[in-house]
Amino acid sequence: MSVLLSARDLRLAFGGLKAADGIDLDVEGGEFLAIIGPNGAGKTTFINMTTGYLKPQGGSIRFDGQPILGLSPRRIVALGIARSFQLPQLFTEHTVLQNVALAVAAREGRLSLMAPLLRRAFRDEAAELIGRFGLSGVAEARADALNEGTRKLVDIAMAVALRPRLIMMDEPTSGVAASEKMAIVETLVRVLRGAGVTAVFVEHDMDVVGRFADRVAVWGQGRIAALGPPREILNDPEVQRTVIGIVPAGGVHAPA
Amino acid sequence: MSRRAETLLALAGAALVVGLAYAVPWLRFVLTIALAKGLAVLGILLLLRAGQVSFGHALYLALAAYAVAFGTAVVPEALLLVPAAGLLAGLVGLVIGLFVVRYREIFFGMLNLALSMVFYSVLEKFYAITHGADGIRLGPVTFLGLPLAGETAEWTVLGLALVLVLGFGALVRVALASPWGEALAGIKTRETRLDFMGVSPRRVLLIAYVASAVMAGCGGALIALTTRHVTPALAYWTTSGELVFIAILGGAGSVLGPFLGAAAYELTRVYAAALVANAWQAVLGIVLLCVIVFAPGGLWGLIARRRRAA
Amino acid sequence: MSWFAENGLLVGLALLDGLSYAAAVFMVAVGLNLVFGVMRVLNVAHGSLYAIGGYAAASLGLFVASLGAPPWAGLPVLLAAAVLVGALLGPLIERLLLRRMQDQEPVLQLLVTFALFMILEDLQKLAFGVQPVVFDAPLKWLGTVDVPFGADAIPFTAYQLYVLPGVALATLAILAVVLRYTLVGRMVVAVTVDREAARAMGIDAAKVTLLTFTAGAALAALGGALAAPTVSLVPGVGASTIVLSFAVVATAGLGQIEGAAVAALLIGLGRSFAVYVAPEFEVVVPYAIMVTVLLFRPQGLFGVAETRRI
Repeated sequence: MSVLLSARDLRLAFGGLKAADGIDLDVEGGEFLAIIGPNGAGKTTFINMTTGYLKPQGGSIRFDGQPILGLSPRRIVALGIARSFQLPQLFTEHTVLQNVALAVAAREGRLSLMAPLLRRAFRDEAAELIGRFGLSGVAEARADALNEGTRKLVDIAMAVALRPRLIMMDEPTSGVAASEKMAIVETLVRVLRGAGVTAVFVEHDMDVVGRFADRVAVWGQGRIAALGPPREILNDPEVQRTVIGIVPAGGVHAPA
Repeated sequence: MSRRAETLLALAGAALVVGLAYAVPWLRFVLTIALAKGLAVLGILLLLRAGQVSFGHALYLALAAYAVAFGTAVVPEALLLVPAAGLLAGLVGLVIGLFVVRYREIFFGMLNLALSMVFYSVLEKFYAITHGADGIRLGPVTFLGLPLAGETAEWTVLGLALVLVLGFGALVRVALASPWGEALAGIKTRETRLDFMGVSPRRVLLIAYVASAVMAGCGGALIALTTRHVTPALAYWTTSGELVFIAILGGAGSVLGPFLGAAAYELTRVYAAALVANAWQAVLGIVLLCVIVFAPGGLWGLIARRRRAA
Repeated sequence: MSWFAENGLLVGLALLDGLSYAAAVFMVAVGLNLVFGVMRVLNVAHGSLYAIGGYAAASLGLFVASLGAPPWAGLPVLLAAAVLVGALLGPLIERLLLRRMQDQEPVLQLLVTFALFMILEDLQKLAFGVQPVVFDAPLKWLGTVDVPFGADAIPFTAYQLYVLPGVALATLAILAVVLRYTLVGRMVVAVTVDREAARAMGIDAAKVTLLTFTAGAALAALGGALAAPTVSLVPGVGASTIVLSFAVVATAGLGQIEGAAVAALLIGLGRSFAVYVAPEFEVVVPYAIMVTVLLFRPQGLFGVAETRRI
């Protein structure tokens, strides 16, 4: 496998808080990489830096060999990195179908003025994608009428509609009822593997990480404390103490 | 409401305008002004879709009106003057738009206000060119080379207004349902998402802004042809406020709203001015308050609700 | 050198004029900014409160003078008129109107204050007439002062030299102290920063809002009352005042108190220099300053840049 995303010596501090203090991280093409760690460790900051929302104070990020630091979010999307958000960013006055169709239209380049958004091609593709996410039942519902789990899925569906090569997801299951979590993860694994997309995701729930991730990176105080396959990392006593112990959402992996 | 129903309503409305103008001659003037203002308000509606309010679109209205007034001395042909004035407004809108689309909400509104006030004071102060507060009269105007005067002129300008209104109304109706139009509405609810979809919100808004300037310009050109006398009051910020007022009064839910609102506004104004000459502005203010409090969807919202209930 | 010799006095006069002008503008703008901070509504009717304050002061002053009151009585009358207007109209507007609109879209809230502006403009005309009102007794009573300027001296009214800037400075100082060191002031700041969090801490946000709005109204009225002796009041003074205050507030940054003082100075001096150097640009200068500032600092001179939350 080849390296798709490569971060070198990333540095960013907010005042005294070091969100990134010399981060080196490679993401392999096709893998699902989970980032875990305590709140405030800089996990979301990594997504924000990779997607152009924040600019690091030092270091470099390459996507497919091309430096992307300093590019606008729009340029980075065009290169093939899409993201989802911890708080889903949906167009609340539009339906689910319109939300996803707008992402499809955006991917197709210049937004046209004279043909309807819900023309056959866009509508069909959006509906098909919504179906893959198991959301056909709410396709015509307004985005502000959905529950949190559905909102999360629509948010991710919009990112997938951009046909990225890499998708970065910020806590895809946070705020979702425990009973729904695994169903969402199954859906995501199915859709993302099917689309052949590489995924980086920040997650607090270790069950989700165990089911979802090929590799896990542990973030601690702006550095990567550990990196490896989930079985190894999640059972590491140090990680259990520092990360999983702090985050009670750890479930079965939480130390007794 | 379906496109078919809206088209039928628009055509019925146009027929009603012609019928009223025929039956009640003094209404011809009022209705033409209402259509002209409605056209400008249609542009305001585009910006409202993005959640932005401009308190300065009187700038484009007045700019085009003055352009027509000056233009009559050079080329008296109405069919050239109106598009030229609209184009000029669009060009100025492009230059100003590149600046103001970087701002949102209050700042967007106030910057537009400030720029329009600059234009207002230019009109007021450069007496040698603009005749200040006295304004300037239009020279003779022709239509397809035929001189326009009296009743013919009234009917011609009304017809021109109707054609422009139906044309722009149809264009805006189509554009609002396009990916661009939906992205424009997305600026109101979740602008950041657009960036992360590879769409530039500023560019989306800029298109709306330039279009709104063109429509305000065409409205202003029609007003100039109707009143045959332009004054700096056209550029004053209260005129801009009036446009936003009409947009809310009519309702932002349909392209028919602005024209419904403009007709209601002009008629209220005429009757209020006749009944309470000293307080017509207060009457309008009270009407606006009532609409906002009791019918936030505007007059169009009331109609749409009734239809849905039926 | 020779230019200064010829125009030195003009520069001095412009400086003095600018200072007194800035003082009056500051009074209005700071109230507007205070109210915006707490309510997140830019109150278009704020300028009307300025006008009504001015008219009330002038009328009351003329009335008191007609009763044979001594000339010094003019000054307390100005103050009394302002307090009266603020205490009467402030709570009335906030309670009856703005409070009901709190959960509405920002656009509609803005429009409500616009409607209010239209109503107040006409009420003001009905109450005080359309003839210019002049009340310059305090100005005459205090006489003029020779302000030394280089080798020369500039005669300037003591009222504009001491009273206007004095009251403005006192207002700034009082506001700064109240907001920083008193419980009420801290509450106002808390609601400004985060209304919900302030509520959660047990602060009665509704009461704070009422208080702030009343204070803002009184400040606008005081600005009008203080300016009344130096200008002749005519209809439309409210409309031109509000756009000027907008310019000051946008230049300063929304919610900034000390910033409003600096911006008022910038704009006041800029305008009075324009009056002497290039009178046709007098009205344009405040907006030119504002646009220039916003080009480089979109959040205003002292505003805090808000990044969109994601």
